[in-house]
Amino acid sequence: MLKSSSSLTAHNSQLGTHSERAEIFNKDFDRTTWHDETLYFVRQKRDKAAFQINDWELLRETASQIKNNVLSNMHDYLVQFEENAIKNNIKVHWAADAKEHNAIVYGIISEYYKGDIPADTFKGMVKSKSMLTEECHMNEFLAEKGIEVIDTDLGERIVQLAEEPPSHIVMPCIHWKKEEIGELFHKHLGTEKGNKDPQYLTEAARQHLRDKFLTRPIALTGVNFAVAETGEFVVCTNEGNADMGAHLADVHIASMGFEKIIPQKKHLGVFLRLLARSATGQPITTYSSHFKKPREGQQMHIVIVDNGRSTQLGREDFRNSLKCIRCAACFNTCPVYRRSGGHSYHNAVAGPIGSILAPNLDMRANADLPFASTLCGSCTNVCPVKIDIHLQLYKWRQVLVQEGYTPASKTLAMKGMSTVLSNPSIFKFSGKVGRMLMDKLPFLVNNSMNPWYKQREMPEPPEESFREWYKKNRK
Amino acid sequence: MSSRENILSRIKQNQPELLPLPDLLVLGTEQYDLVQKFTEILEGIGGKVLQVSDYEEIKKYIIANYPVNARVISTLTEFSENKDWQTADPHSLKDADFLIIKGQFAVAENGAIWLTESEMGQRVAPFITQYLAIVIDKSTILPTMHQAYGQIGMADYGFGVFLAGPSKTADIEQSLVLGAHGARGLVVFLV
Repeated sequence: MLKSSSSLTAHNSQLGTHSERAEIFNKDFDRTTWHDETLYFVRQKRDKAAFQINDWELLRETASQIKNNVLSNMHDYLVQFEENAIKNNIKVHWAADAKEHNAIVYGIISEYYKGDIPADTFKGMVKSKSMLTEECHMNEFLAEKGIEVIDTDLGERIVQLAEEPPSHIVMPCIHWKKEEIGELFHKHLGTEKGNKDPQYLTEAARQHLRDKFLTRPIALTGVNFAVAETGEFVVCTNEGNADMGAHLADVHIASMGFEKIIPQKKHLGVFLRLLARSATGQPITTYSSHFKKPREGQQMHIVIVDNGRSTQLGREDFRNSLKCIRCAACFNTCPVYRRSGGHSYHNAVAGPIGSILAPNLDMRANADLPFASTLCGSCTNVCPVKIDIHLQLYKWRQVLVQEGYTPASKTLAMKGMSTVLSNPSIFKFSGKVGRMLMDKLPFLVNNSMNPWYKQREMPEPPEESFREWYKKNRK
Repeated sequence: MSSRENILSRIKQNQPELLPLPDLLVLGTEQYDLVQKFTEILEGIGGKVLQVSDYEEIKKYIIANYPVNARVISTLTEFSENKDWQTADPHSLKDADFLIIKGQFAVAENGAIWLTESEMGQRVAPFITQYLAIVIDKSTILPTMHQAYGQIGMADYGFGVFLAGPSKTADIEQSLVLGAHGARGLVVFLV
């Protein structure tokens, strides 16, 4: 397991590329297998839930078409949403990038305290799951300003106490074992030493976080869907943490990437049928909360964030990635994600979808991610909004090579490969040499220098090539 | 130029040519025995469903199953005359043990119940209470979410929620635990 001292460093690609980090993760063979199986179990639950809907494929196609329409009419929907939200007494803010998002949130907090933020611990904020604030590194920013952010989703609270970023967008601590969580809670929440019972640990977190909900005046939530037609937004949770935070706080801030917009309320029917079934195999999340107006005496803010999304919208080959509803079905099915873990992706959103979103944010830092795939296409097959994820991974590879962001060794190897494969006599000769070496000097390939040897045995070399066999037998 | 204008102009410049919205009328054709499906799904996600003939039966159930000294709050006069909690500071509901309210309607395919703040009494109430009971008129169960949004239509509300079962989490090794932050248990009375 990759542990780091702060979520900033764990997201920093300087610490290693996907394959370097995956190698660390893979050192613990049993844990890797457990991680793999746990996620595939969730994928199977998704299948079971999907098969119970007669029109599942039609539902996916419809969701995809709604999102295509959204991308093509984004400007007008956002203007319409803003107009309606303002009518509902919601204050709307626009942030061009992460920095501006964080500054806006800080500004709202500062204004609430009339510029005089108290030095006690109750000035802080409770936050329910928001991958956008991870993307913006908001917690770290506010911590520097002396404002404590308490993550309230159980999984997020666990990784927060451990000073790690989430490793999965729906199940943030999927890489943690209950014994380790028991130990962590013993240290931070004073639970009994050695108690690893999930029921007991969840109860301890309930009591611990209930106190935070009751004492923090500011709550921040993410946004699953924002409805242009009505100016309302929907937040989905199973735990009820978004609601506990928002309905008790004096100030509710909701942060959203602008692509979360949908045209009309009736479209929620399509997305709410798909989201939880795709994510965890549940028929719907426990709470699908529709926030339309602040309650009496409360302030409600929405921060609409761009942070590279408008650039992605302009990339014809990659704009479909903005259709994502963050269900993480592509994570759970991905053979590379399952055996490399979320932290190997050094990005707030990991997995296949993260690998097509990240290069848009920073091509150099994330040039390794589109290569963290076998291109098997399973991600595309489960995506509820039909994003062509594996094709985009393939297309990003072309772009990254052309722009010179791939390592020289890879380019050299590819060029060598191209020479061998396009020249029959060299191909014949190198095949022969290869078979001979594997047979006579196996240590030349069965060693840690050969990436194909990791976690697997090399095959027995065949005695002859197909060409040799064919020549002998064609008569 | 402000960030708003900047973002919007970049979007306008970069968005593709207009594509049409699909037809939703072809969806939601599933045929269910509504009461049976609703019961089966809600019990599958940790809720309890009881068919009752009147409010007296509900009262008997509550008396038999919950401690006498529990703080019970309700929006229904059959259960409590006290309405002060609805206008009190939401934090004052932290010791509420049992909330009983009436849902607008329910959805068979996923066990969800639609509530707006007028049914809740207070927005935080169905979340902060330890246990939650919701009365549903059997005839209001709809097959899927498409009919559900048809039913909501353009009705106005400040806050609304589709609530399906008790609060839960599986964040610790995928073990399902009921009672994460919201209600630990949900019982639905079908009348």
